[in-house]
Amino acid sequence: MSTSEERYGVRAPDPGDDPADQAPGRRSAPWHRGRGHPTSEGPSLGVALGDAPTGPLVRPYTMTRGRTRPSTGPRLDLVTIVVTARDLKERNREPEHEAIMRLCHRPISVAEISARLDIPLTVVRVLLGDLLADGDVRTRATMTQLPEKKVLQAVLDGIRRL
Amino acid sequence: MASADSETRPQEAIPQAVKIIIAGGFGAGKTTLVASVSEITPLSTEEVMTEASYGVDDIGGVEHKTTTTVALDFGRITINDDVVLYLFGTPGQDRFWFMWDELAEGALGAVVLADTRRLDTCFHAVDFFERRGVPFVVAVNRFEGSTVYREEEVRQALDVSADVPIILADARERGSCKEVLVELVTHVIRGRDPVMSG
Repeated sequence: MSTSEERYGVRAPDPGDDPADQAPGRRSAPWHRGRGHPTSEGPSLGVALGDAPTGPLVRPYTMTRGRTRPSTGPRLDLVTIVVTARDLKERNREPEHEAIMRLCHRPISVAEISARLDIPLTVVRVLLGDLLADGDVRTRATMTQLPEKKVLQAVLDGIRRL
Repeated sequence: MASADSETRPQEAIPQAVKIIIAGGFGAGKTTLVASVSEITPLSTEEVMTEASYGVDDIGGVEHKTTTTVALDFGRITINDDVVLYLFGTPGQDRFWFMWDELAEGALGAVVLADTRRLDTCFHAVDFFERRGVPFVVAVNRFEGSTVYREEEVRQALDVSADVPIILADARERGSCKEVLVELVTHVIRGRDPVMSG
């Protein structure tokens, strides 16, 4: 069993300028993937509070270097949809950033990124803020008002088709 | 200098996400309902809150901060190429109220799942959505062995106005959950556009 430091905290030494080290996807994710499955309800019935699995032992802000919110950029809501930008520039990215970008090849919500990578939402927001600032991903702003009638109608039709 | 989202060349459209909140007391069947209609196995995401995040501006207290983890369960329904619907269950415990604000922000509407064995557990959900002006319907989840109440009895007990739909439901059945969601979205459209619903 790896320690949290091994999973999240300790980074490989700076790879320097060797482009071979910087090829995307070369490093495997240092954390376990997709604990997203067990939901917070269900089997925890009858399990005393504190006994339930509480996820990885990790200081969540280690991978953001202590930052608890994105420095700039648009508000990232639970359902803000993120997609990898085209024309990506060659750059050296952290493994967490790489993992997010792999998920975002298809449009995906912030909440889903968090669940699938098992990284808390706040941390995902900071990491996405980095990617947005670098132009690596694009987002669609989440609406803060009720959607238009035609969207509501589409939702209604979509549910009926289920 | 170009900003990150500048459109220098045509890019494919990013779908619009809408969300519906599934609220109710612990064990009322929120996750069951989400699972019944979601196209993915419901996922769970975690929000980590530190004490400082509760609104206490205590920059000197970093060494004393405590961390709380709130799990949010959700599912997804792809409506079409342009619209994705997310269904979010509310956190069960009351102390996670701060998450409700974020959930309610921009939500299309809410389903309050009522468990007639413990009707009081959904009082605060009803309160919350009324205060926030989030349109909602009440779905009375049928549990084995629970007394069957008439809609009017539930309406009185919950003290919700006559225009809030109350529906009997079975969170385990996809068809029933569909009906609940159809009822909600119809209610939302009606509230939005009272003339058209005639």
